[in-house]
Amino acid sequence: MAVAKTQPGGRTAADPPSIELRRVRKSFGDFTAVAGVDLTVGQGEFLTLLGPSGCGKTTTLRMIGGFELPSSGEVLIEGAQMGNLPPYRRPVNTVFQNYALFPHLSVGKNVAYGLEMSGVPRGDRERRVREALDLVRLPNVENRRPSELSGGQQQRVALARALVNHPSVLLLDEPLGALDLKLRKAMQLELKHLNREVGATFVYVTHDQEEALTMSDRIAVMNEGRILQLGAPEEIYERPRSRFVADFIGQTNFIECDVLGPDGRFVACRTAGGETIRAIPAVEAPAGGTITVAVRPEKVSLDAEAPGGLSANWNRLTGTLTEVIYLGTHTQLVVALPGEGQIVVHRQNRMLGETEPSTGQQLTVAFDPASATVLAE
Amino acid sequence: MNIANAIPEPMPAGPKGRKPVWLTVASIITFLFLYLPLVVVVLYSFSATKVNAWPIKGYTLDWYRELFQDEDIWDAVRFSTFIGIVAASIAVVLGTLTAYALDRYRFRGKPLIRFAIGMPIVLPGIVTGVALLAFFTGVLGLNLSRWTIIIGHATFCTVLIVNNVAARLSQLPRSLDEASADLGATPLTTFRRITFPLIRPAIVAGAILAFTLSFDEIVVTFFLTGREKTLPLLIWGRLRRGISPEINAAATVIILVSLVLVLASYWFTRKSETN
Amino acid sequence: MAAIAAKDEQAAPSGRKGGPLPLLALPLGWMLVFYLIPLALLLVHAFWSVDYLTIDRTFTLENIKAVFTVAPYPAVLIRTLLMAAAVTLTDIAIAFPISWWLAKKVTSHRELLLMLVVFPLWSSYLVRAFAWKTILGTNGILNSFLQTTGITSEPISAFLYSKTGMYITFCHVWLPFMILPLYTILDRLPDTLLEASGDLGGNGWKTFLRVILPLSLPGLLAGSVSVFSLTMGDYITPSLIGGSPGTELIGGIVADQFGVANNWPLGAALILPILAIVIGLLLVANRFGALGRDER
Ligand SMILES: Nc1ncnc2c1ncn2[C@@H]1O[C@H](COP(=O)(O)OP(=O)(O)OP(=O)(O)O)[C@@H](O)[C@H]1O
Ligand SMILES: [Mg+2]
Repeated sequence: MAVAKTQPGGRTAADPPSIELRRVRKSFGDFTAVAGVDLTVGQGEFLTLLGPSGCGKTTTLRMIGGFELPSSGEVLIEGAQMGNLPPYRRPVNTVFQNYALFPHLSVGKNVAYGLEMSGVPRGDRERRVREALDLVRLPNVENRRPSELSGGQQQRVALARALVNHPSVLLLDEPLGALDLKLRKAMQLELKHLNREVGATFVYVTHDQEEALTMSDRIAVMNEGRILQLGAPEEIYERPRSRFVADFIGQTNFIECDVLGPDGRFVACRTAGGETIRAIPAVEAPAGGTITVAVRPEKVSLDAEAPGGLSANWNRLTGTLTEVIYLGTHTQLVVALPGEGQIVVHRQNRMLGETEPSTGQQLTVAFDPASATVLAE
Repeated sequence: MNIANAIPEPMPAGPKGRKPVWLTVASIITFLFLYLPLVVVVLYSFSATKVNAWPIKGYTLDWYRELFQDEDIWDAVRFSTFIGIVAASIAVVLGTLTAYALDRYRFRGKPLIRFAIGMPIVLPGIVTGVALLAFFTGVLGLNLSRWTIIIGHATFCTVLIVNNVAARLSQLPRSLDEASADLGATPLTTFRRITFPLIRPAIVAGAILAFTLSFDEIVVTFFLTGREKTLPLLIWGRLRRGISPEINAAATVIILVSLVLVLASYWFTRKSETN
Repeated sequence: MAAIAAKDEQAAPSGRKGGPLPLLALPLGWMLVFYLIPLALLLVHAFWSVDYLTIDRTFTLENIKAVFTVAPYPAVLIRTLLMAAAVTLTDIAIAFPISWWLAKKVTSHRELLLMLVVFPLWSSYLVRAFAWKTILGTNGILNSFLQTTGITSEPISAFLYSKTGMYITFCHVWLPFMILPLYTILDRLPDTLLEASGDLGGNGWKTFLRVILPLSLPGLLAGSVSVFSLTMGDYITPSLIGGSPGTELIGGIVADQFGVANNWPLGAALILPILAIVIGLLLVANRFGALGRDER
């Protein structure tokens, strides 16, 4: 199993993985929420569980935290079997989606709560609370009640309350869900920095793909209780292995295609319009079968604008331009291909006053076979 | 249902439609109907004549003077207060445990438990009264005493605490408990440091209502009382000998005490909700 | 506090052991010993008899038979039922306008007004019942008022020690029990629903009969069970306000059997119809969701 390329925090390879899930399943009654998850998270890694609502992200996280016990399978933290250890005996802290700050305690007391529980002496406690609040850039609020803080500030208190205990693993369940877009973006970067700074392993749950791509060392894409693909953000984005992953993350063109046979490191196939294209065979593609080729809209250019020498052996498809939509940073062109499908092209708006092709005209688009992937199913 | 609902929480008032006059008039008349007897009692407690006739001929504070010098009344007040405090305390323990179990666990038979706890207040009080009377004296062969009254009162007061505390618990996000456990607190510590402080105002509010109910109760008490008399029983006994303005004074004091207690309970409920 | 130990499992996630039983042991044990068992034993009394001052514990149906055959019990039972029904219907009629007004028309000081409605519930029932005695008596406030204002020349004795007096008193003392559940349910009725009915051309009465009444049924039933049950079982008001021959209600007769008459088996037998009727009403009310609480 691939471990993150970078291992911040200066740990050596001899350390056990921070978290290991072995065939973890969880069912509620006869409904299976998590259907056998294997996952290894490295020391200090920032791993994101990404997937649509109800796919089992929270349940997986709660099993690591000890709030739910697996129906079967094993959870190991720092190499130790968790068994049915309750949450208060696990070296894990959690940032809850609704923050779960104690409403009757001041911010300072909230943050100090965990230290108090582990018997840290008062003097130390006060210093560490202050340090933790400084870390999340929230000084001078110790004596306020949580209700007297803004959503973003509450969020930071929740972070400080978890981080102050120096957990080796920090679990975060959509901690930014309630914040507005701008604050969310800022907090994303901050969280990423904190991960580097404190060296704790972060397991982060979100259903926002952009957030996942921005922050993670690795992303585990989940659906229906399973991990469909695990890898670095680029890998997930550029080389989705299944239609679900390709579709869930970003926008993708799917081109149905009959396999002709291997062609170097590519596989060649014929589209419904009779054109031959090539793509990276990420999954097996036996000759004679039908495959789906995925290519991102921004990887496709108009043939006329394709970079001269490089594009000699690019895939080319010709069709009728049916739609032109201006989207600010780029313009979206939709080209209907002969037969059924269509292909969406994102054309960067680099210069003012560029003339857009007009709808109805015949257009040839081109893309590098290396940016096209054959999908499973 | 029933008085166990305590004070319902009004929804935020939205834009209201027209106000038909007859509706307002009917409502005001209903308020008068509700309060007329109370007003009468308070008014005639100051009446100078011994007969409660209209119009009032003159005013005096004599009845209150008499009341406050009446040792029997004071004994009864002390006795009722003792009963109320002990019964409410027992109800707090029973009710809090029940509410906590009902809120925090999934199990079958919840409606049945709610029903059983609510029964003493849904079924007529006389049933509770005679059932306990027959049980204590007939079956167990005990003498009636303050403890038999306390047991009876605690039994019908428990549902008040259950409802108050359960309502509060259901407002508390479960994640607070989880956050506490996550930070290393054992379940007992979590209850002591997090859950209990947060439900305390609801417990206090329920306890005050329970005390009020016990302090005013007569239907059940009548069957369970030994030699000592609660305040309502004392008044009841005197009423049978005829109405005296002193009783009006006592009743006024009771009304005032109830009012203060209900307002206090209301205040605690508000406090727990805004926390 | 044996139950404290039980709290060790409080945050029990699904999958971990521990149930609510340790917590519930004390309260359920209490209810069992001090309510359910005494209640069951009371009912058993109905099948025993008295022999001078001791209870003869041989099975007999005599008491049950007496309840339905021996005068005045059947008549008293019917009178009590009629009284309870009349009081319930009257309280429905009085409670509806004010509940509606509170729930849908009041815009300011609603909490205060609600408090005012609820307060009599918590102020001594005895005090309120006896206040009516002051008002209704032969030399009471109502009569002296009527005479001083010249409306009548003679005091009217029909107010006190009569069914009328009891009826008025009952309607008053139990009224908040009707208003409260009714208000609660009306408050939850979305205004849009009523507007929708208005849009569809329903006039006031049609809206009331077709929309409001059916939807407020749970509240009405909850209130009705309370009022009916409280009237059926009361003996304080009958003894204060009633008391003349031909006004006895079943509650007073039961109280007598456990007091001066000292015939517990007969008293227990007289309680049976009260219980049967109240429990029957509860079951009906339950079917319409009147007792239903949000179950999670
Ligand atoms: N305690 C429970 N009892 C029964 N079903 C549950 C329970 N907890 C979760 N589930 C079910 O398990 C599935 C996975 O839930 P989970 O909370 O893990 O989803 P999620 O991926 O976190 O979704 P979201 O993005 O909406 O938070 C859902 O279908 C949910 O309804
Ligand atoms: Mg979730």
